[in-house]
Amino acid sequence: MDRQEVLFEYLLRLGDNALILGQRLCELVGWAPELEEEMALANIALDCIGQARLFLSYAGEVEGRGRDEDALAFRRDVLDLRNALLVEQPNGDFAHTIGRLFLISAFNEQLYAALTGSADRRLADIAQKALVETRYHVRHSGEWVIRLGDGTEESHRRMQKAIDDLWMYTGELFTTDEIDRKIAEAGIGPDPATLKPAWDRRVEAVLREATLERPQDGWMPTGGKDGRMHSEHLGHLLAEMQFLQRAYPDARW
Amino acid sequence: MTAQPHDPELERIRAALATVHDPEIPALSVVDLGIVRAITRAGDGTPVVRLTPTYTGCPVAALIEWAVRRALDAAGFAHARIETVLSPPWSTADITEEGRRRLREAGIAPPVEREDEEGFFCEDPAVPCPRCGSQDTEKVSEFGATACKALWRCRSCREPFEYFKCVPRLRLRRGAETPAG
Repeated sequence: MDRQEVLFEYLLRLGDNALILGQRLCELVGWAPELEEEMALANIALDCIGQARLFLSYAGEVEGRGRDEDALAFRRDVLDLRNALLVEQPNGDFAHTIGRLFLISAFNEQLYAALTGSADRRLADIAQKALVETRYHVRHSGEWVIRLGDGTEESHRRMQKAIDDLWMYTGELFTTDEIDRKIAEAGIGPDPATLKPAWDRRVEAVLREATLERPQDGWMPTGGKDGRMHSEHLGHLLAEMQFLQRAYPDARW
Repeated sequence: MTAQPHDPELERIRAALATVHDPEIPALSVVDLGIVRAITRAGDGTPVVRLTPTYTGCPVAALIEWAVRRALDAAGFAHARIETVLSPPWSTADITEEGRRRLREAGIAPPVEREDEEGFFCEDPAVPCPRCGSQDTEKVSEFGATACKALWRCRSCREPFEYFKCVPRLRLRRGAETPAG
C-alpha cells in the first residue's frame, strides 16, 4: 500500500464514522422523545454529515479515481465501509442513543484534538472545525448520561444497561493496525492507543457523576474500521440511506 | 477580514458582498457575519474571495456561495474565484460590531462571548433583552427558528426574543484534551 492509499483508507475511517453516526441520528427526526431534544439530535446529525462531507470529499481527491463525496457515501456496499462498529449500532431506547453518542464523541474529541497538529494541513484544518462541534456533542450527550444515570430508578437502570451493552464496541476504537501505524509514522494522525488514557478519564468522570458503573473490559469485537466484518445492522442502514441513488443512479435535484 | 488597501476593485467586491445576506438571518450580510475571511488577489491578479462556513453542516452554505457568486457576477467580477477556508474555525466573535447592531435592530440578542468551557451544566449567560435592554431575561428553549439561536423571553417588557448562541473561539487545551478527572 503506498502513501496515498493509506491516507485514502484513513480518511474513509474518519468520514464513515461521521457519516454513519449522522445517519443514525437522522433516523430520530420525528421520533425523538421531545421537541427540544429532537432539534438537538438533528443539529448534531447535521454536524456529523457536514464533517463526513469534508473527510469524504478529501478522500475522493486523494484516491484520484473521480469519486466524489456522494459516490463514496452512496455507492459503496457494507464491506467497503470503514466506520467503527460502535456508530452503526441501532438507536435502541434513548439511553442507547445517548450512550453511543457520548462514547464516540468522547473518542472523537481526543482524536480531532490530536489531528489539529497533523502534518497534513488540510486534515488539521478539518479537525479544528470538527473539534469545535464535537465538544458540544460531548457536552450535550454527557449531560444526558449524568441526568439519566443520576435520575430515577428506571432511567438509571436503562442508562447502565446502555453503557453495558455498548461497552464492547469501544475496544475497536483504540486498536492499532498497519494503516494506523503508517499514519502515525508519517505524523498525519495519532496512534489510537495513545488516546485511551484521556478517553478513560473523561468517560470515568462522567460515569462517576452519573452514579453508573464502568463496565469490565471483556471481549471486544473488531472488524468495522478495516471492513472485515460489520454487524448486520449496517446493511439495513445503508439500504435506507442509499436507496435513492441505487434506484435512480445519478439522480440530481 | 482583510482587504488590501488602495485596490479599488477589491473595495468594490467588498461593497458587493455587503449586499449578500444570510438566508437564515437576513438581518446580517456575509460581511457582518464574519464569514468573508479575505478579499485578495491570486498570483495572476485574479480576485479571490475566501469564505469560511459557520458550521460544517450549515444547510445554507451552498446557497450563500451561489449568492456570493451572483453578487460578484452582477458587479462585473465573473472571473473572481471563491475559495473555502476552514482554519481558524468561525466563531461568533467574528460577527462585526455593525452585525451586532443589526441583530439587535432585528430583535435578536447578539451572542454574549465567553471562553470555551469544559464542564457540564454550565450556567446560561446574562442575555440583555434586545428591545428594552433589561437583564431580567430567561431561556425558554435551547433552539429557536434556527439551530444557531435559542428562544428567550424578557421578564421586564414581557416580549419573547431570539438569542444568537455563542460559538466560542477554538482553544486547544494543553497536553491531553481533558484534565485528569
